[in-house]
Amino acid sequence: MKFTLSWLKDHLETEASLDAIAETLTRIGLEVEGIEDKAAALRPYVIARVISAEQHPNADRLRVCQVDAGDGQPLQVVCGAPNARAGMLSVFAPPGTYVPGKAITLSVGTIRGVESRGMLCSGAELGLGDDHDGILDLPAEAPVGTAYAVWAGLDDPVIEINLTPNRADCASIHGIARDLAATGIGTLKREPLPPVRGEGACPTPVTLAFDEHDKGLCPLFALRLVRGVTNGPSPEWMQKRLRAIGLRPINALVDITNYLTFDRGRPLHVFDARKVAGGLTVRRAEEGESLVALDGKTYRLDSDAVVIADDNGVESIAGIMGGQASGCDETTTDVLIESALWDPRAIARTGRRLGIVSDARYRFERGVDPAFALPGLDLATRLVVDLCGGSPSQATLAGEVPELSHVIDFPWTEVRRLAGIELSRAEMKVTLESLGFHISGSGDRVKVLPPSWRADVEGKADLVEEIVRIAGLDRIEPKPLPRAETVAVEPMLTVLQRRGRLAKRALASRGMLEAVTYSFIAQADAKLFGGGTSDLALANPIAADFSDMRPSLVPGLLRAAQANADRGFPDTALFEVGQCFASDEPEGQSLRATGLRRGTARHGGAGRHWSGAAEAVDAFEAKADALALLAALGVPTGGLQIVAGGPDWLHPGRSGTLQFGPKNVVGHFGELHPRLLKAMDLKGTLAAFEITLDSLPLPRHRPTKAKPALVLPDLQAISRDFAFVVPRDVPAADILKAAQGAERKLITGIEVFDLYEGTGIPEGAKSVAIAVRLQPAERTLTDAEIEAVSAKIVAEVSKKTGATLRA
Amino acid sequence: MDLDALERDLLGQIERAGDEASLEALRVAALGKKGSVSELLKTLGAMTPDERRERGPLINGLRDRVQGAILAKREALTEAALDARLSAERIDVTLPLREAPEVRGRIHPISQVIEEITAIFADLGFSVAEGPDIETDELNFTALNFPEGHPAREMHDTFFLRPDHLGRRKLLRTHTSPVQVRTMRAGQPPIRVIMPGRTYRHDSDQTHTPMFHQVEGLVIDRSANIANLKWVLESFCRAFFEVEAVTMRFRPSFFPFTEPSAEVDIQCSRKGGELRFGEGKDWLEILGCGMVHPNVLRSGGLDPDQVQGFAFGMGIDRLAMLKYGMPDLRPFFEADVRWLEHYGFRPIDVPSLVGGLTA
Repeated sequence: MKFTLSWLKDHLETEASLDAIAETLTRIGLEVEGIEDKAAALRPYVIARVISAEQHPNADRLRVCQVDAGDGQPLQVVCGAPNARAGMLSVFAPPGTYVPGKAITLSVGTIRGVESRGMLCSGAELGLGDDHDGILDLPAEAPVGTAYAVWAGLDDPVIEINLTPNRADCASIHGIARDLAATGIGTLKREPLPPVRGEGACPTPVTLAFDEHDKGLCPLFALRLVRGVTNGPSPEWMQKRLRAIGLRPINALVDITNYLTFDRGRPLHVFDARKVAGGLTVRRAEEGESLVALDGKTYRLDSDAVVIADDNGVESIAGIMGGQASGCDETTTDVLIESALWDPRAIARTGRRLGIVSDARYRFERGVDPAFALPGLDLATRLVVDLCGGSPSQATLAGEVPELSHVIDFPWTEVRRLAGIELSRAEMKVTLESLGFHISGSGDRVKVLPPSWRADVEGKADLVEEIVRIAGLDRIEPKPLPRAETVAVEPMLTVLQRRGRLAKRALASRGMLEAVTYSFIAQADAKLFGGGTSDLALANPIAADFSDMRPSLVPGLLRAAQANADRGFPDTALFEVGQCFASDEPEGQSLRATGLRRGTARHGGAGRHWSGAAEAVDAFEAKADALALLAALGVPTGGLQIVAGGPDWLHPGRSGTLQFGPKNVVGHFGELHPRLLKAMDLKGTLAAFEITLDSLPLPRHRPTKAKPALVLPDLQAISRDFAFVVPRDVPAADILKAAQGAERKLITGIEVFDLYEGTGIPEGAKSVAIAVRLQPAERTLTDAEIEAVSAKIVAEVSKKTGATLRA
Repeated sequence: MDLDALERDLLGQIERAGDEASLEALRVAALGKKGSVSELLKTLGAMTPDERRERGPLINGLRDRVQGAILAKREALTEAALDARLSAERIDVTLPLREAPEVRGRIHPISQVIEEITAIFADLGFSVAEGPDIETDELNFTALNFPEGHPAREMHDTFFLRPDHLGRRKLLRTHTSPVQVRTMRAGQPPIRVIMPGRTYRHDSDQTHTPMFHQVEGLVIDRSANIANLKWVLESFCRAFFEVEAVTMRFRPSFFPFTEPSAEVDIQCSRKGGELRFGEGKDWLEILGCGMVHPNVLRSGGLDPDQVQGFAFGMGIDRLAMLKYGMPDLRPFFEADVRWLEHYGFRPIDVPSLVGGLTA
């Protein structure tokens, strides 16, 4: 919403400075977005006479001018403008002036050997329009020595406010003035608006053709004819104001409607009465109807749009934009002025669908003052008669002005309760009344009737807002929020929240970089990871690559790693801790921690190095990340199983599944499947893990934080080595499990210290060497006992895995 | 040979011994079972007591001195050998090592800033609440007092999922505010929570990405008011931006879910392109807030005449940009390793109020 200072002062009697007004506007919620004060910016530019303009001795295209800038002292200026000539009046800028059109500051210069002290300016150089034809050529009556901006009427600062959608009443300069007046910065000018007494009935009949349930689309439609008008340009003062706020003057009749749209927040429409055939019908558009609107574009309408039609068809899109065919131009002699009320939601819907942004739509979709529809029509009529002559008819009314009946029961204490500030009842009362609220009753509770222009005020909280925003939120002293009386015993975070945070720290500690990638990915990628189902597809993705909610964090990291590789960083270790989606229900959302290593980005380091080059990443690297994560999270891993194989996106022979029993899979790790890489057009060696944090077992709840007693045996442990030959596909875990099972208590640790295939081992078999640690508890083991245990281990492993002891 | 000559001879040989082996040979030759000194010692047995009294100390003395000389020589040889080894054992300590994993790793600024925010609000007694990214229209809009036909409910502002077989369509939450309603419905006041999370809007340019992060705060009890809200936000901004004092400006504004509503600006300077808080003349908008709208309290199952409270919301990514100086929002989600290394945080830099938010 834009307006000029002088326009505001039409409605507000005030001595306040521009700065004070601007500050007040922002303080009461009408945030000033910007102030354009051309007069201030152009203060050094003065009107000057060119005394002489001689050819420059050293340049064909330049002239050496002597200029009188008002003090009678000729100043020498070198000028390149073709229109510079002796006797003309133009605009002069002395050295030291900033030139907005050129973004330079002038200095005394020497141009081709001739000194130049300043500059004669074009409109473009002043930042006014884009005429580059030459310097400004002012009429003879322009007073030499005065500021150009003042003479040219540019000294009316333009203020732009950022209007919040609830404040329809301030889409009107009068409304803004009322808000300002409530702060005491000035007085609202209330000129009486006596009704216009027209001659005779308006000859154009109006029909509201709506079904009963559609009546709300147009509660009121008022129309008046003014006969015998002369429609030319509107007066200069009106044009100047319209131009200042960015509107193009058209002709007096149209300008009046635009003027009142801003002046009073009352959009109006004018029809050329001679172009209207028969009566006007307000109705829903028929499917397929169209209109060439005033912006010259053709709009196809549907039955959702409300239109004003005559015998020729649609003439105007209600509350949004009129049509070209019945518009007013210089030939108009009889004008129909329309002032109506429309359903804000219908206007918004139609405006959005048609893509029309107009000042009328802006106001109607926020809600105009219903009580001002008829006074607005009268005000417009008076302006038409004043500026264009003619004689008005009476107004035709279809529908009626809606009644106001929304009274709020308001205890004054509500202000203290919600805002925490003590204001005097007198101050609160004055504020509400100056904003137009009607207060009845006295004492602690009063009845408050909001004014017709404040449909946004619904209840007590709204009245509190009105009072404190005019009082100023800065008057509310901050008061501490009472602190809890005890120290928090329970953690502020849930287990999952803590695990999410810890997971990030743990993975970053393994040299990985935390990525945050988009929650939506390309459908093709989603499908490769078990997603891409219709319940997780966006109806309106912002781009094709952002179409489906991600089923896994892996595809996003894969894309990110490839992008980094394309930029010249092939060895990257990335991780993300974030949400994944299995369905559109809250339960379908899970929190996962996922790591991806590419190229040689191993935990120990990447790339070539004097101490030995890093090898390509592999499944074990991913497994190490996954297990380190589980350890860092303090997940009880007693029941953790690692099973060969994983989902389709992993290499079938180089992947594993992490599970607490077959029904409780918590994650996967491994090398990426070559077919997946091909499908996603990815290159390089890639290994990843993904763990669903929600699925991990919770820490055991124990009644005490004390750790179990530490028992240190006095006796030395002994170690025995065994090398087993087993078929290649026997998992090491089976050997370890069998060995452990041989002697549950005595065996306190088993390591796999060698793995061998090749000479000396049968084809298709491997040798797995383990070191078993035996920890006697009560007495030293005898050789015979140790032999017995060893035999038991060999027997057990052989039985469970078919192993033979390596010869 | 007399004892003196023998001693001179032995000590001379020991002195000249060049290595451990020849020294050992000398030891055996002198002190071994058949050694020259051992042989002399053997003669003591056959002597008369008088002879023994005279010769005993001489021979034993000889033995002790030879023994001592061998020990000393052995020590000297060991030292010399070590010196020789040490002078041969040299490494180039200037050779660069691989960077340690815990030095290479980085935490994303969004994670770091969420932890900073959480640390501050936890101190004020706020816990953390979360909700799903895929929301219902009811929780994202209706329960938050957005009227039917509000522009935010349109396809050009909000991401919708495809409608189900009943025509119901879910959406990606446009703000974290649905968690307010979920929290109110799940428990009774007093409520003090912050709600960080991902949010989505149909928007993309230098300062807008279709996905971003918000944190929302909610306090509901029997007395929380705007004065408390101002105090909480001022305390937060001082702690977050780590400055002694901040000047804040509360401007009345409009949000469907709060009444009264305000936007908050923080005073700053932009000298030399560097943003600083607690000084300067510029204003920077950082958050929106207000008293929870009575209709929202009702949506949450609460009586607006019995309880009251305030809510506030701010952009986490934006806070990160303001504090840590990233000029552009889009790279936050591009996982460019150069950006992550530059703007990310070390894994050991855990923000806390005890140790400081930043190192």
